[in-house]
Amino acid sequence: MRAFIVLVQKEFLQIKRNSFLPRLIIAFPILVMLLMPLIMTMDVRNVNVAVVDLDRSTTSRRIESHIEASKFLVLTQVSAEYQSALKELEQGAIDVIVQIPEHFERDMMAVASPPRISITANAVNATKGAMGMQYVMQTIAHSLNELRSTKSPAKFSDMITVDNRYNPTLNYRHYMIPALMIILFILICGFLPALSIVGEKESGSIEQINVTPLSRLTFTLAKLTPYWLIGLFVVTVAMLVAYFAYGLVPVGSVGAIYLGAILFILTISGFSLTIANFSETMQQTMFVMFFFIMIFMLMSGLLTPVDSMPEWAQKFTTILPPRYYVEILRSVYLKGSSIAELSTNFIALGSFALIFNTLAAITYKKQA
Amino acid sequence: MNDIIISVSELTKRFGNFTAVDRISFDVRRGEIFGFLGANGAGKTTAMRMLCGLSYPSSGNGVVAGYDVLTEGEKIKRHIGYMSQRFSLYNDLTVGENMRLFAGIYGLSRKQTEQRISELLMQLNFSSERNTLVSSLPLGWKQKLSFAIASIHKPEVIFLDEPTGGVDPVTRRQFWEMIYEAAEKGTTIFVTTHYMDEAEYCSRVSIMVDGKIRALDTPSRLKQQFSAKSMDEVFRTLARGAERGM
Repeated sequence: MRAFIVLVQKEFLQIKRNSFLPRLIIAFPILVMLLMPLIMTMDVRNVNVAVVDLDRSTTSRRIESHIEASKFLVLTQVSAEYQSALKELEQGAIDVIVQIPEHFERDMMAVASPPRISITANAVNATKGAMGMQYVMQTIAHSLNELRSTKSPAKFSDMITVDNRYNPTLNYRHYMIPALMIILFILICGFLPALSIVGEKESGSIEQINVTPLSRLTFTLAKLTPYWLIGLFVVTVAMLVAYFAYGLVPVGSVGAIYLGAILFILTISGFSLTIANFSETMQQTMFVMFFFIMIFMLMSGLLTPVDSMPEWAQKFTTILPPRYYVEILRSVYLKGSSIAELSTNFIALGSFALIFNTLAAITYKKQA
Repeated sequence: MNDIIISVSELTKRFGNFTAVDRISFDVRRGEIFGFLGANGAGKTTAMRMLCGLSYPSSGNGVVAGYDVLTEGEKIKRHIGYMSQRFSLYNDLTVGENMRLFAGIYGLSRKQTEQRISELLMQLNFSSERNTLVSSLPLGWKQKLSFAIASIHKPEVIFLDEPTGGVDPVTRRQFWEMIYEAAEKGTTIFVTTHYMDEAEYCSRVSIMVDGKIRALDTPSRLKQQFSAKSMDEVFRTLARGAERGM
């Protein structure tokens, strides 16, 4: 026990004496949580729309003014020439072209097969193209409905109600913030202890430790304890920033978030220590860590939903620890799920924590 | 009490095709200063690491302080101190913090730790440097500190791997005074060195060439045996035949 205490003290002293680590640990979570949600957004904004107005009627004006009023769309030009608009689309200056045919207003109600408005979208950026097209269609439908409502009693839009459960404003930030918390954990509780161990290998100090009767478990636990505490500090800071900057409060219990955090930090730090045990130099550790972190970030549903992955990839995500914690965070934050409802996730994380920390202690060789 | 504290027979370490240590056998008596000599690459450090439980022998046996090097490495570690060739204390901790850390690891209580630290600081004439960061100490002082920490738990044997490499003559002299002091108190010292004047201070000396022990006796008898005036001559006669590390 005495050995454990002096070792933990030593780790904290070393972190404190490092010119860079204390600042990183405090500034990094704040910066990431403040800035990244603003930047990492999949909400499509600023879709540039050109209207080729061949009709020049009240109706076409109404459509134009609705496009102009939309906060997602920017009406960049109104012209009478499709070809020049298409050229600008090719150059990337505009994203969507709306062409309103001649006599649209006149024929709209009268003729059996009314003329069609054509929409052309630049789908090089598939998300922006698809979303932009949809926004434009909604806007136009809205304009036409307004017109139609003057003649028929029921509005088209009244026949459909939309209700986005759990994330009522469909805010992409609320989806991203849990992912950012996980990225913070991976970087702070994953990288730092691994680098610390390999640093000891490089400086030779681990040899002086290996020649003492200190048990592998004590050494491993003492190495990780400070980073576990730092991880809990990080999750607290992250939650506070999410609240103050974005007004995001977990609907469910904070306890569930902390329990998940503890298990996830244990998992990721045990994992990184195992890698460190197999590495001789910092470069080697960094490269191997990056390899796994790429997989963790891109495949565990942090940025893209697991459900839209190919089936084999979905199966693969079951062995990725971040997948379980991001589900916990999102469910607790947005849906207010309880620990009992998420028990599978907690059990999975707990098992990972046990496996990786055991591995870390076993693969640490005092005698080669 | 057993008179033999280290007993080695046919100890071998192979790395692939390379035999770093080739069937060495020797005994070290309790309380002696045993000089373990050899040219660079002769296999001294590898042999020492096996005796300290840092490395598994490929074959052969060894007993250190009553424990088997093959199976009881962790028990050996309770009874030995080790000072590596490369400085391996924590540079970003102070002298006192390093001492406290290792005292704690060896299981000394808080009170024992304080007592032992002030004892060692006195012995080293270091009391004023207790709060100095180790990284800012000159090399000679670092080596003295390493020795002090290797002996913090009062081990039965202290292994020193080239403790005076790169150290000035005055500090070297002080270092050997510390070694003598420890030996007088009954600690066995197992030391490697490249300085032949230091070899003369040892109770007995072994000389390793290409992984094998080629000579082992007291310095005076070795000189007789090779009809040499100094240990330096003895060493050069033996090392001339070496094929590696030259």
